[in-house]
Amino acid sequence: MGMTITEKILAAHAVKKQGAISQVLPGELIEADLDFILGNDITAPIAISEFKAIEKEKGRELEVFDKERVALVPDHFTPNKDVKSAEQCKMLRDFSRKKNIKYYFEIGKMGVEHALLPEQGLVLPGDCIIGADSHTCTYGALGAFSTGVGSTDLAAAMIRGKAWFKIPESIKFVYKGKLNKWVCGKDLILYTIGDIGVDGALYKSMEFCGDVISGLAISDRLTMCNMAIEAGGKNGIIEPDEKTLNYVKNIAKRDYKIYKSDPDAQYADIREYDVSKIKPQVAFPHLPSNTKPAADADNIQIDQVVIGSCTNGRLQDLEIAAGILKGHKIHPYVRLIILPATQKIYAAAMKKGLFDIFLESGGIISTPTCGPCLGGHMGVLAEGERCVSTTNRNFVGRMGHVKSEVYLASPAVAAASAIKGRITDPEEIKIK
Amino acid sequence: MKFKGKTWKYGDNVNTDEIIPARYLNTSDPKELAEHCMEDIDASFAKGIEKDDIIVAQENFGCGSSREHAPISIKEAGVSCIIANSFARIFYRNSINIGLPILECKEAVKDVDKGDILEVDLSAGTVLNLTKNKFYKSSPFPEFIQELISAGGLMKWVSKTLPPVKGE
Repeated sequence: MGMTITEKILAAHAVKKQGAISQVLPGELIEADLDFILGNDITAPIAISEFKAIEKEKGRELEVFDKERVALVPDHFTPNKDVKSAEQCKMLRDFSRKKNIKYYFEIGKMGVEHALLPEQGLVLPGDCIIGADSHTCTYGALGAFSTGVGSTDLAAAMIRGKAWFKIPESIKFVYKGKLNKWVCGKDLILYTIGDIGVDGALYKSMEFCGDVISGLAISDRLTMCNMAIEAGGKNGIIEPDEKTLNYVKNIAKRDYKIYKSDPDAQYADIREYDVSKIKPQVAFPHLPSNTKPAADADNIQIDQVVIGSCTNGRLQDLEIAAGILKGHKIHPYVRLIILPATQKIYAAAMKKGLFDIFLESGGIISTPTCGPCLGGHMGVLAEGERCVSTTNRNFVGRMGHVKSEVYLASPAVAAASAIKGRITDPEEIKIK
Repeated sequence: MKFKGKTWKYGDNVNTDEIIPARYLNTSDPKELAEHCMEDIDASFAKGIEKDDIIVAQENFGCGSSREHAPISIKEAGVSCIIANSFARIFYRNSINIGLPILECKEAVKDVDKGDILEVDLSAGTVLNLTKNKFYKSSPFPEFIQELISAGGLMKWVSKTLPPVKGE
């Protein structure tokens, strides 16, 4: 029987207790060898404490399973927003030094983890990856099986290099037709989540394919897989192609392997979308599934716009925003906060002159951080405030006060909205 | 594993930002987290919770972030067990990994009103609603998951499986 790309990767990584595993079936529980694991300043402190507790119990020092396959990225509340956050980051730094963990990223090298690790060539096609962060599903865009877990899974994986998985059923999402102007990966994934709901892919693998996906840049594919978790998905995945290979060939830190779904692979569901019917989307409060076209928003006045995050903080996202903001001033009642997702993106955006455009429009540019996305720092909302954000969640209180509102959108919609001071379809803006 | 307690009932898609808002994630101290448990969905929860109380919810409980602070805060607050129609997958893993009992049982959820007293037998997968005098059965966990639960969570299981070193 045929297998999906997800099933093939998991079968290849299954710990072989009784000979090779050539076939896995949805629902089966397996233990799998991991190619790469990661944690951040919110999740890793708990994992490190658990690691140390085992060392204490055993009365001996333990090593991590592989010093070159663990990344610790202090990106959430950094640069340290308060004393407690500083203590959490210090735990990561001290632990990394003590255990000689190669990929600890200090401020200055740091970036938002899910933008950083692909850029560094640390997550690759065919990998089996876990990360103590729900958006670890991002790396599926490169043809890896990659999923978010909690701190305890990270602690166990740091020791054993393995994790337990239930083989997920897969849903195939096929995108056909011609993309409308300004419609990008973010709009496609918001539209899809709007279609199936926040638990529409619960425990399942979301496989994105079709001509439209083949035509998308890696940046857009990363955005789509990034939000698989917002539909409850275990992972998002896209078969590697020429674009994937071009992306990884000069940056890969290890060997990698290409897997593709068999033509007779089994799917729990197959959903087809004609993208010519999809317009720039906005997810209204308080669920990512609460989507409608930006053009249908009824004069919704906003206070803040955030452009950045693991979802939409890559160079292409900043270029799109700059293309709209160029020659315009943002609305006087709006605060525009732009966060290039990594140090490398920050430098590239500056060299390309994007910073001049952002600054002249009235926006500010922040160092890479997850900060405002989860109401941490660098743009927390007050009671009653509304924010258009290129991030991934708009739950109650996500970016600040429990009575604030978050509207999720693409960089194009976010930039257009910053100019008008209300939720705006980019079509409304004159491109200068 | 058996539990008896009074219920707190919630709806669909209770997310981790509501269970433990990110403004409290600059610590992982369970006691501190428990003081803010469920704060953004039910401000009365942390004050009113009594030991062994049971959370009952509908679909996709614990969706959103991977923060283990969410099940940790619930466990530390004194909750003995969560029963829901379905759990978000990371929350599901995290609960099992830290030894917070959870159970999927739609029928029991449907009938429960806030304050009902339930008796839950986790190994048998049964729920008895003492207030309404009704009995429900759900499917038991797979063998490996039961092994993790009976070990007391993933790290206890890992500890047992670590190879001994010389002299140990």
